[in-house]
Amino acid sequence: MATQDFASHAGHSGAPAAAESAWSGGGSPFAIGSKKLGMWLFIVSDAITFSALLMAYSYVRVASADWPTPFHFYPSVIKATVMTFFLLSSSVTMVMAVRAAKLGERASAVKWILGTMAGGLAFIVLHAIEWADLIHEGVRLFQNPWGSPLFGASFFTLTGLHMTHVAVGVTYLGVIAVLFGSGRLDAEVVEVSGLYWHFVDLVWMFIFPLVYLLSVKMG
Amino acid sequence: MSEATVHAHQAGSRKLFLYVWFWLLALTGVEVYLSYVQLGVKLMLTLLMGLSIVKATLIISYFMHLRFERRSLVLTLMPAMVFVIVLLFLFFPDSLRLLHMRPQ
Repeated sequence: MATQDFASHAGHSGAPAAAESAWSGGGSPFAIGSKKLGMWLFIVSDAITFSALLMAYSYVRVASADWPTPFHFYPSVIKATVMTFFLLSSSVTMVMAVRAAKLGERASAVKWILGTMAGGLAFIVLHAIEWADLIHEGVRLFQNPWGSPLFGASFFTLTGLHMTHVAVGVTYLGVIAVLFGSGRLDAEVVEVSGLYWHFVDLVWMFIFPLVYLLSVKMG
Repeated sequence: MSEATVHAHQAGSRKLFLYVWFWLLALTGVEVYLSYVQLGVKLMLTLLMGLSIVKATLIISYFMHLRFERRSLVLTLMPAMVFVIVLLFLFFPDSLRLLHMRPQ
């Protein structure tokens, strides 16, 4: 605030704050709030974490001669496609929630957030069934019936970290829905939680093809 | 400011979000179809990653709103992230070598 006051006093032209150059030490060079910037910085670092895991998965897969490709097109890939549909659709309900929040329609925003949480929960349930099926077939962290033992390690680490993100996201949105619904938060907080949710969706857009679509069982 | 009108017009339009949603689903459909017909692994990898990058760009630009933010924010976040991710590829040639170095 002090910098902004100083700037407006120093510039006798009386230029409005919006015209101030981002590089002249203006109060908000990115024109977004600190919470939103903080979430963006977190998302960038988390994106690099997931990239490193996907890279590790690809690395061990290329380096193993007997990498298993155990997913049948039906039901595994179809199930993963339905999961993708839920996650993508929950992103749309989230943008609707952010839109409603910005327009000041609190009740409507809360409904859209609840819809988003439902999509996330459906994703988690389907993914948990998928995990249970694989474990039933004998896939463990360090062994599986088909080939390289690294399959289980990379699969469970990658999808497990992602599922953790979805679960944390559903909890986060639940807290936001309650607090925003009761009028204790402003619309920016809903937008920030939306950024996190879209990021979780975005990560799945890379896990889905690399882990599922490239591991379809032939014949 | 014309930028502000664009912001108010497009950034909050339901139609735009549904349009982006439709495209994301359509591109996912193409990916699933590719896995159904099973082309060669290298071709599959290239096509799937290409489609995924398009989908990621759609999500970041419209759902995460980055297209409507100041250019300085985009330039602060994106090039650094892409650069670090590209650096990870430095390791990759080793994995191809490992395959032939395994005793068996």
